[in-house]
Amino acid sequence: MLTYIIRRLLYSTVVLVLASFLVFTFVTVSGDPLANLRISPNVSELTVQNVIDRKHLDDPVPKRYLYWVQDAFTNKFGTTLLDNRPILPDLWRVMKNTLQLLIVVQLLVIIFAVLIGVYSAIRQYSGFDYTMTTFSFLGLATPVFWLALMAQVAVVQIYEKTGHRLFPIANLNSVDPGSGLDFWIDRAHHLVLPVLVLMVAGIAGYSRYMRAAMLEVINSDYVRTARAKGLNERRVMMKHALRNALIPLVTLVALDFGTLLGGAVVTETVFSLDGMGLYFVNALFSNDPYPVMAFLMVTAVMIIVFNLVADVAYGLLDPRVRYD
Amino acid sequence: MRPQDREDIHLDTVSVGQPASAQGQPGSVAVADQVPVPPDEFVEAPAADIAAQQAGVEPKARSQWAYARIRFFRHRMAVISLFVLIAICFVAIFASRVAPYAYDELDLLNITSPPTTEDKHLFGTDLLGRDYLSRVIFGLRTSLWVAFFVALLSTAIGTTIGSVAGYYGGAVDNLLMRFTDLILTLPGLAVLLTAATFFGNGDPLKVGLILACLLWTGIARIVRGVFLSLREKEYVEAAKASGAGDARIILRHMLPNALGPIIVNTTLIIAAAILIEAALSFLGFGIQPPNPSLGTLIDDGQGEGFEKWWLVTFPGLVIVVIALAINFIGDGLRDALDPTQRRVRA
Repeated sequence: MLTYIIRRLLYSTVVLVLASFLVFTFVTVSGDPLANLRISPNVSELTVQNVIDRKHLDDPVPKRYLYWVQDAFTNKFGTTLLDNRPILPDLWRVMKNTLQLLIVVQLLVIIFAVLIGVYSAIRQYSGFDYTMTTFSFLGLATPVFWLALMAQVAVVQIYEKTGHRLFPIANLNSVDPGSGLDFWIDRAHHLVLPVLVLMVAGIAGYSRYMRAAMLEVINSDYVRTARAKGLNERRVMMKHALRNALIPLVTLVALDFGTLLGGAVVTETVFSLDGMGLYFVNALFSNDPYPVMAFLMVTAVMIIVFNLVADVAYGLLDPRVRYD
Repeated sequence: MRPQDREDIHLDTVSVGQPASAQGQPGSVAVADQVPVPPDEFVEAPAADIAAQQAGVEPKARSQWAYARIRFFRHRMAVISLFVLIAICFVAIFASRVAPYAYDELDLLNITSPPTTEDKHLFGTDLLGRDYLSRVIFGLRTSLWVAFFVALLSTAIGTTIGSVAGYYGGAVDNLLMRFTDLILTLPGLAVLLTAATFFGNGDPLKVGLILACLLWTGIARIVRGVFLSLREKEYVEAAKASGAGDARIILRHMLPNALGPIIVNTTLIIAAAILIEAALSFLGFGIQPPNPSLGTLIDDGQGEGFEKWWLVTFPGLVIVVIALAINFIGDGLRDALDPTQRRVRA
């Protein structure tokens, strides 16, 4: 087990180095981040030259990559290209916000998805099962950003018709959110729409997965054995079936968590939430390779770590799995 | 079972989505007068043949594909979806004849008109008085074109890499699969956005290329898995013994047996590509004006304020309809092309 983890981590490090070099080359070769600066009449040649010197933009790409690596390790990912702003504090802030949103959403999604999936499987082909199947087909076919926009449209339409303002449609907080409990109530109020929107897609996917896992378990021999022993149905379902059906879900959730930490890019953009996704999009719009690289590295590490967590968790939960 | 194997299975079930046990059922809700077929009424095809034989009727010899076709046409939602999709494709192909207006034709007397039957502005008009139905139809054309392009290209890449890795195994397999892992390790949407910013410049062809470069991994893994098990089969050994070359064995003997999962996943990539392209274009990293796509239309519509609800609603609804239809078709194809499942609904 330990050698397996160490081998995986070593291998992941190699992948990370390769990936970072690829992305860096990619980002630096293909765009001129100073284009806007150069054509701006208010910026002197000297300023442009200063930026070039500071960030070693004249050097060949491999050398610039090494400078970046040095910056990443000794100087916490360094600073942004144009305004020389430290990257790490910003990254921590947006990560905290994304994490907050993510944990709330994932908790609710898991609870609902497990309940829906289990009930659909136990009452297969019932009205409830059909309704939920339809819902998840719809949920999986709906673009998240469009759902977010429709939520905003609905709130605006209701406001126009009735003058009633149900939920805020943008930002994490009001301009003056107050402090203490008021702050958190304000925050929660702002997060209602994003959470609901993200929940739809999540529940649609996970509940299907849970239903499939549960069906497989229900039709397996050991559940029949448990019933044959005369255990009551409730005990069979909760102890024998549900616990085993949850194993694949645990790995799926762990796998997704890494990816999701990259931020719900579209949702954060639509609702202007100050999270990882919006930070990244803004960095891209300003053509600045440094925050882009920092973001990609942090998310890639998260994905690698959570992939590993998923595999290890699977091994711990399912004794049939052996690591070689 | 090793963790790597688990990932393959995981991918298979996740990307393919719904379990086989859900076959045909979702439709029964949408269509009210339709009675769902309980699983008990399935009849094993061979059994049906035997019964037919006893009744004095010659059993008809059917190929795998004939069985698949029969199974597919028994999946009601899939068939309906297929017709819907074909209709949508026709509208897209003949956009310039079907659309009541050109996509950039101005009707300055009717700017930002809500949907109305007057002057055939069924989806309303935008800020410049352009007919929105026509814009959606032309946007549909771009989006569908990109989606099909992405699906074909990523299937080609994925199948090539997967079959070579699975057939040769060993070091080749290791190298190719590590490469696949490398792409999977990168945060997908983020890489997509980065690539689109620096290479995309709004051209549908380039956006398609970028999408295809990231979406082939699922197919590669599935094809590799199938090939790994196929290459131990006797008929492959026989082909080798009779002197067939590698290329011939891969193309003539093994690939046809892997077609089922490939076709199903290609279908699902079309749906994924439509959704991702829309998201990219919406964020301003995908297809850009003057090329209309469903995503750019939503982006433009959003910029004009939420009181003009039709500008955001209609292009999105079209996306949902397409994605839904394709998912149902994929569902039907998965049931139909699964060779272990030879039953035909009686």
